Amino acid sequence: MSTEMIPAENQLGDDFAADYKFGFSMPERSLIKSQKGLTEEVVRQISAAKNEPSWMLNYRLKALETFRRMPMPVWGADLSGIDFDEIYYYAKPSEESATSWDDVPEEIRKTYDRLGIPEAEKKFLAGVGAQYDSEMVYHNLQKNLTDQGVLFSSPEDAVLNHPDIIKKYFGTVIPHADNKFAALNTAVWSGGSFIYVPKGVHVDIPLQAYFRVNTKSFGQFERTLIVVDEGAFVHYIEGCTAPVFTKDSLHSAVVEIVALPGARVRYSTIQNWSNNMYNLVTKRAFAYDHATVEWVDGNIGSKVTMKYPAIFLMGKGAHGEVTSIAFANKGQEQDTGTKIMHFADDTSSVVTAKSISKSGGISSYRGMIKASPGLKNVRSKVECDALLLTADSKTNTYPIMDIQSDDVSMEHEAKVSKISEDQLLYLMSRGIGEEEAGMMIVNGFIDPLVKQLPMEYAVELNRLIELEMEGSVG
Amino acid sequence: MKTLRIEGLTAEIEGKPILKGVDLEIKTGEIHALMGPNGHGKSTLANILMGHPKYTVTGGKILLDGQDLLEMDVPDRSKAGLFLAFQYPVEIPGVTVGKFLKRAAEIHMAVRGEKLNVTKFIKQAREDMSFLEMDQQFINRYLNEGFSGGEKKRMEILQLLTLKPRFALFDETDSGLDIDALKVVSKGINRLRGDDFGALIITHYQRILNYIQPDFVHILYQGRVVTTGGSELVTALEEKGYDWVKEKYGA
Repeated sequence: MSTEMIPAENQLGDDFAADYKFGFSMPERSLIKSQKGLTEEVVRQISAAKNEPSWMLNYRLKALETFRRMPMPVWGADLSGIDFDEIYYYAKPSEESATSWDDVPEEIRKTYDRLGIPEAEKKFLAGVGAQYDSEMVYHNLQKNLTDQGVLFSSPEDAVLNHPDIIKKYFGTVIPHADNKFAALNTAVWSGGSFIYVPKGVHVDIPLQAYFRVNTKSFGQFERTLIVVDEGAFVHYIEGCTAPVFTKDSLHSAVVEIVALPGARVRYSTIQNWSNNMYNLVTKRAFAYDHATVEWVDGNIGSKVTMKYPAIFLMGKGAHGEVTSIAFANKGQEQDTGTKIMHFADDTSSVVTAKSISKSGGISSYRGMIKASPGLKNVRSKVECDALLLTADSKTNTYPIMDIQSDDVSMEHEAKVSKISEDQLLYLMSRGIGEEEAGMMIVNGFIDPLVKQLPMEYAVELNRLIELEMEGSVG
Repeated sequence: MKTLRIEGLTAEIEGKPILKGVDLEIKTGEIHALMGPNGHGKSTLANILMGHPKYTVTGGKILLDGQDLLEMDVPDRSKAGLFLAFQYPVEIPGVTVGKFLKRAAEIHMAVRGEKLNVTKFIKQAREDMSFLEMDQQFINRYLNEGFSGGEKKRMEILQLLTLKPRFALFDETDSGLDIDALKVVSKGINRLRGDDFGALIITHYQRILNYIQPDFVHILYQGRVVTTGGSELVTALEEKGYDWVKEKYGA
């Protein structure tokens, strides 16, 4: 996450790039780079590069078979631009993952400096992971947390050092055959985060991972597993950017969260991929008895995003919240939403989704709320608001409710609004300039949601939206 | 002394002429009342003065202390000292009253080369709110969102007191107010009354003019100011309605 403006580089060619401040790239450097396209050999190469045990390799190969067998999704955004044969699936940028920024290769460190990550780490984070193309190049966690038994590493590290936890949970929340892109991720996953918070431990300051793609026509397939033990708490933040290339890239992550009884997990994402990125992510959490899971999901960048952070309320009294904001600008499609499954009594969920569409951008909300038969005292509240900034922008809402119990309270509200001439006039009549007035209205629209972010991220999100808004009114 | 002068103003909306040659002059130190039946251009005049884009000015001039108002955009008109209390203040969700007031005050102070002092500003806003018998919690509420009719009008007056304009236009500020709210709103307007302040109070009824004594009363009929006088005009309208206006000035 950057705290200052980063100048765009000269190589920014197309018109999307004009407003994107993270579009710089560094010379490509890969110690290992797989051949283009997806073959069994590539999967074996990735596994070998990580010295994986055979059980993980076998799981990858099984997922590859599933990926080949499954058709592309026939719903959602237009994915016809993806050519799986044109993608590089693995690029290893450095030998080792460092625990000090001084040990990160210089040009990679420069990238993160420009993104403001080391500075953010000093100021307000308890731990940071940084992924560059396929591998985590940096991981560090405050010592007091290490001492309390908190684990924060790459998943590769966990496969080697904590195989018991990996074997118990990996692929259980999102099985490899869940969808075509989950299968793809499982076959070629590389990097991501592994977090384990022991019973009763409260990680008061957020942990963050920052994902950066630097190689052209590249696919980033990070894999994250967060296990929060009974009564524990963690807030994990994820940020993403990439250079602007003329060729499209693919980011297809899988994020699995397990919130054991009484645990609370908050997962915040501000996705600001460049506008040539297909961002197809599967995120799901299991919340056991009286556990709480919160997804806070900001989608500002990418060409196409399909992402529906899900919560399965597995245990009595579990609670889930999904708060999302999407900004679809020119040439962008933000197809986001959520899936919440009520599987137990006394479970509750709150969904707040806001989207802003501008200059031909398309934002869609796709939400499913399901309650199993015979449940008692289930509550769910869904609110989606869309704001259209220009007449040519679009918004869609696809809510599905599958309620099979009687004792269920469901609320669903959907609203589409436009910035009205009268609102602008009102603010302008008090001396406020037209652009600022438009910005105030947009910021006001997302305000209830931004309030839920840590302050630094609220500022960042506001700033990103301001950049998207430049020159949009009048 | 400053002057807001309207000369031969003609205007239309969607091709339909509304104003057909309005002449009016307001000086600081004066309170003018603009009366007349519905649909004859009172609100149109107020909105054109402020610069609402849905009206097209087809002729005439508006001069604010010699400056051509029609050449200025909406924020500049405000910065030049013009204020409109809207008939239907719009809701701006997510923008708090406090944040909005502070930003507007800051802009207006910058025009005068001053810097806003936050502590002072908050103190003043709180005082103004108690003066207008508003709950202090309003400062944290979203602008006009969920406000009752009376609360919205008080909010307009709070902005008036904060920005202290040279010229203020009140577009049926009295409509829909109960007697208590009307008193409070009038109290607010009267507070600014003085040598540096001129106002145009647009209304149907005598009611508000019982609390704010106008220096001049104009009747706008069929897009023109057909007559100007003192409070005797108000009494005449109250007693006889608008029929005599129609008989005397009707086309």
